[in-house]
Amino acid sequence: MFYIHCPYCDEYRDEEEFAPKGQAHIARPEDPETCSDEEWGAYLFFRDNPRGIHHELWVHAIGCRKFFNITRNSASYAILETYRMGEQPRFSAEHPEGEPAEHGAAVNVVDEAGRVAGQEGVKA
Amino acid sequence: MSDITYGQVATFNTHPEAAIPSESPLSVAFNQISVSTPAPAVNHASGVRLEEKAFLGHLILRGGAIVLDEAVRKVLGISLPGQPLGLALDESGERSVQWLSPDEWLLIVPGGEEFEVEQRLRDALGDAHYAIVDASGGQTLVSLEGEKARELLMKSTNYDVHPSNFPVGKAVSVVFAKSSLILRRPAEDRYELVLRRSFADYLYRWILDAGAEYGIGVQR
Ligand SMILES: [Zn+2]
Repeated sequence: MFYIHCPYCDEYRDEEEFAPKGQAHIARPEDPETCSDEEWGAYLFFRDNPRGIHHELWVHAIGCRKFFNITRNSASYAILETYRMGEQPRFSAEHPEGEPAEHGAAVNVVDEAGRVAGQEGVKA
Repeated sequence: MSDITYGQVATFNTHPEAAIPSESPLSVAFNQISVSTPAPAVNHASGVRLEEKAFLGHLILRGGAIVLDEAVRKVLGISLPGQPLGLALDESGERSVQWLSPDEWLLIVPGGEEFEVEQRLRDALGDAHYAIVDASGGQTLVSLEGEKARELLMKSTNYDVHPSNFPVGKAVSVVFAKSSLILRRPAEDRYELVLRRSFADYLYRWILDAGAEYGIGVQR
């Protein structure tokens, strides 16, 4: 049984509360109308299946019901990090020990500012 | 006519004016768990006391924390819990606001108040971007008290309900008896469960079964 850190609830919760939703960071083509069949097919159907570090989309289905990302090792099942939507991973196949801290921190600062701006936008 | 339209939103009072009987989600099993078995009553040896707080007003609030906080403080005098898993009560303890997710809160008020509270919140929120949904008919609240209440929870959920992890003022949505519910700790000696209508009967029977060894009693 795993305990997974939900970045929104901000605590470790039982694996049972979560559901995996496949590969993370898949960008929808900007203009689907101009995609070739091959490009559109790759977007819809083709997924990486690496042995090793993989970024995945998960949902805290029986908690806050928010989607978030997990960097996971598909060979050892080790979870290296969880992070919110819109943030970038610190661990990757290129950086299995993690990128320098200032990179991750910078991403978080941008995200924090974005969230506050979003709330103020709501207020306006 | 009690229907009022706010911009594009039509609201209506879910309490019918005519005397149409309402039934709580637990009405079938609450008094009689089977034809021959009445629900156990509370006595001096009851290690757990269960009481349904039926027909409360449950409102789901969605939107930005800042605007909702302002409106809820104005209307009810409660600060919106900004931290994840927070639960805040007013002075009487009858009204509460709980964090559900970063843009979603559950507001529970005494039954019959919900329509007026919803209207006052809509007035306070003006043209902000938000949603209020009356979920009163979809769920019910059950309170558990007694020295064995925590033991009963430990049998039913994987969530760590030790006071070090689950202090007063915390509320979580968790797996419970293979189903799910909202688990709240509004006071030192009381837990609250928010059950969805479709699972209420099953969960009630589970709780009675799990509480049998502690002499669970149902307060009527
Ligand atoms: Zn969560």
